[in-house]
Amino acid sequence: MSTRSRYRAQEESITLSPLEEQIAAQRGGETTELLTLNIGPHHPATHGVLRLLVTLEGEIVRELKPIVGYVHTGIEKTAEQKAYWKVIPVVERMDYLSYYFNAMAFCGAVETLLECEVPKRAQYLRVIHLELNRIMSHLVWLGTSALDLGAISMFWYCFRERETILDLFEFSSGQRMHTRYFQVGGVMEDIPHGFEAKLREFISIMPGRTDQYADLLRRNEILLQRLRGVCPLDEATLLALGVTGPLLRAAGNPWDLRKAAPYTSYEDFEFKIPVGTVGDNYDRFAVRLAEIYESVKIIEQALDGLPEGPHITEDRKIALPPRHELATSMEALIHHFKLVTEGFRVPPGEIYYPIESPRGELGCFIRSDGSSKPARVHMRDPSFVNLQATAPMVRGAYIADLIATLAMLDPILGGIDR
Amino acid sequence: MPDQVGLELIAGQLASQIPGAVRETTFFRGRATIEIEPTAVRGVLSALRDEHGYRALMSVHGVDYYPQEPRLGVHYELLDMSRVDRLTVKLRVALAEPTVESVTPDWPTADHQEREVYDMFGVRFDGHPDLRRILMPEDYEGHPQRRDFPIGGEPVLFTHNDATSPGWTR
Repeated sequence: MSTRSRYRAQEESITLSPLEEQIAAQRGGETTELLTLNIGPHHPATHGVLRLLVTLEGEIVRELKPIVGYVHTGIEKTAEQKAYWKVIPVVERMDYLSYYFNAMAFCGAVETLLECEVPKRAQYLRVIHLELNRIMSHLVWLGTSALDLGAISMFWYCFRERETILDLFEFSSGQRMHTRYFQVGGVMEDIPHGFEAKLREFISIMPGRTDQYADLLRRNEILLQRLRGVCPLDEATLLALGVTGPLLRAAGNPWDLRKAAPYTSYEDFEFKIPVGTVGDNYDRFAVRLAEIYESVKIIEQALDGLPEGPHITEDRKIALPPRHELATSMEALIHHFKLVTEGFRVPPGEIYYPIESPRGELGCFIRSDGSSKPARVHMRDPSFVNLQATAPMVRGAYIADLIATLAMLDPILGGIDR
Repeated sequence: MPDQVGLELIAGQLASQIPGAVRETTFFRGRATIEIEPTAVRGVLSALRDEHGYRALMSVHGVDYYPQEPRLGVHYELLDMSRVDRLTVKLRVALAEPTVESVTPDWPTADHQEREVYDMFGVRFDGHPDLRRILMPEDYEGHPQRRDFPIGGEPVLFTHNDATSPGWTR
């Protein structure tokens, strides 16, 4: 029997009668018919190519099954075929809204394996870009979620600020998305002249703009009715499901890796962790909105305290020598040649390096066998794990609230499918 | 992170509770790892949760140790949120019989992740409620993250090779 027919047999064996009987028993023998509805994979409300099999009783969701894999591109497999520094642009494309975080998790894991010290200036530059990326990711989430709830103007406002951030990314790295700015050992280039002024201008307007979004949404009766008290999930269930990030914080658990286990100099900055109280959709919304203010604060502090020094490690076995050295130094030329052709070798070992991405714990697992290519790269993507919380959240809710909950869950299918 | 001594203490306690469960301990770059017998996985993880405070399972992922035997590995990343402490539990199973007991009944978060390990490496999880492929198509043959699985060679689907490309049509 082939795999397919076994699968088909399993598909056909699925019966809804136990669920129907259960509901009928609750209703005192009154029979109801359940409807299984397919949503997606191509549906604007699923925020990507996510397919949902929803079992409905009237308008109420009784069961939900997410089906993923439609944008699986084999990034983890591809990464095994490439030298370490060539993996960075590949892993960046996983969660396409938080590319700096993907690069950070990977570079951090490789640096731990190499025991490579990252210069303080590079760490601060990383923090600046990570937090800009977090704001950008939250803006896309806010715009598209508000769109799902019927507020189209939010989309234009959010994308206006996102545009400014992408301009800043382009200024510092030459790319707007998937910038490959983070390198093993530091960052690609120091920030250009004029970047600081542009960034300061942005952080001066961003809190005011966030106030405007809050004013537009927080007292909007339509939005409040769609979010407040809708699809809450308690902290214990979320923890059992492995949910992290704003979703867990909305339920009142202040778990944030930036505070709990600081990496890349987060311990130098003062910021608060917004938490919710009941863990409903409104809390999820409010926590993310409040995180934008905190990110702005971190950027401001990082910019004020930006230390002088190199932007990438001086270790020539890891980072490319500066361009001007190539003309005069034979050694630099050899290092350049070795790095570009073979890449650096990483001591054998296994490492799991977690960071706080806009969606939760993004962990990068690397197994090195001592060669210049990783033997295994795995990303513990927060969206992939958080998606499991959809069914417990929406069971018993209206199908319209399913859309709102999915928006507040903020799954990125590029990260889920990898 | 538990330090080297803490790791040995935990491993010692586990070994006395579940005889033969602990194979070896590794302390590498400040990270603690315990390698266990595949059969003891549920007991070990429950003991670590109930007695050592590792209440969150953050990640389950597979590794292929090709060409070493036993070839396939499964890693469990445990986290203690109150002490901010991480511990890796890993196990290895032979390619001939890649079967591990599922921890999904104890840790619901393992559901999708075990399915991914099954999909990518072919490790079967006994007792998993819904062990199906998750990322690859359901009729896909082979487990693509294994080290000896070739890259490339996947036929691009056009109308002219629609009938001959395996796995795409009936």
